[in-house]
Amino acid sequence: MNILVDLFVTFLKISTFTVGGGPAMLPLIEKYAVYNKKWISKEEFVDMVALSQSIPGPIAVDAAVYIGYKTAGIAGSIVAVFGAVLSGFLALLIIAVYFTNINQNKNVEAVFMGMRPAVVALLAVPVLSMWKHSKINKKTIAIPIVTVILVAFFNVNAVYIIIASALGGLIYGLLHKRGKLL
Amino acid sequence: MNIYLKLFYIFTKIGLFSYGGGNAILPLINQEVVINNLWLKANEFTDLVAIAQVTPGPIAINAATYVGYKVGGFWGSVLCTLGLILPTFIIMLLITKVFIKFKQNEYVQNMMSGVLPATVGLIASAAVMVSYGSFVDYKSILICAGVFISAYKYKADPILLLVISGVLGFILYR
Repeated sequence: MNILVDLFVTFLKISTFTVGGGPAMLPLIEKYAVYNKKWISKEEFVDMVALSQSIPGPIAVDAAVYIGYKTAGIAGSIVAVFGAVLSGFLALLIIAVYFTNINQNKNVEAVFMGMRPAVVALLAVPVLSMWKHSKINKKTIAIPIVTVILVAFFNVNAVYIIIASALGGLIYGLLHKRGKLL
Repeated sequence: MNIYLKLFYIFTKIGLFSYGGGNAILPLINQEVVINNLWLKANEFTDLVAIAQVTPGPIAINAATYVGYKVGGFWGSVLCTLGLILPTFIIMLLITKVFIKFKQNEYVQNMMSGVLPATVGLIASAAVMVSYGSFVDYKSILICAGVFISAYKYKADPILLLVISGVLGFILYR
């Protein structure tokens, strides 16, 4: 299949099954773009998530740009973003026109009561695989733990975490170079 | 200002200042759409948030499409969605190009040595935040455990698992 068509179809499929927000897309991207299609490596997947957390906007668009660009340049990133956005766009357009009360529909709510715990489980998968590929060691193990406490329990915005951890890494590297730290 | 230009401008601004995912974007959209421009009433915005949770795709895209349609019809929804993704698209494209070029740079590697572990924490936080309200009884805990084992140990297709969980939800909770 033409690579541009493949990128579009894959991102359309991924975004159609992304329920409950952007990060829920990551387990699907990991499965299809990393394991099945081998468009990016596991290490690149971790880099991609880190970059997308460092800039504003939906993580779905960031991921589509990164993988599309790596696979087929700017044209690749455009078709991937188009695929990543289309199903959310069409779904809301149809709802805005015809079914404004869909969130009060008992059947829809029942389906989502089944899907939400599945999304939690699926999100745990990239956390575990990223743990292996992000070179976490004894010195850095506190970083993800502190991040979860600050973000999930104290609602700290992700951008402060990214800035602090980037500065921390930079300063540690400089001190290390001067031989002040082991 | 022309309403289409205004929708595009407001959503470009939202896209440019929305750090930290859908939950961080919603207050910004609320500020612009409900308070500053009076495009939606507060209860309509609450409905929008609920709808965005039960529809495919990123919450911010859902919100942009909905507000755009309510204010400016079909072309309003197209412009809001394009406006929202435009800054992200340009910034991520530049960052990807620069990152690929300077990946081996010492300072970039030092920064990434701090950012990568934080990223793992951020995705774990997303899992924790999605879990709020997801576990209503022992059956939802069983669904979560079953999906986790199938996906992590047996590498099952996540879309298939989501479809099965949705069908189970329909049978169990209707």
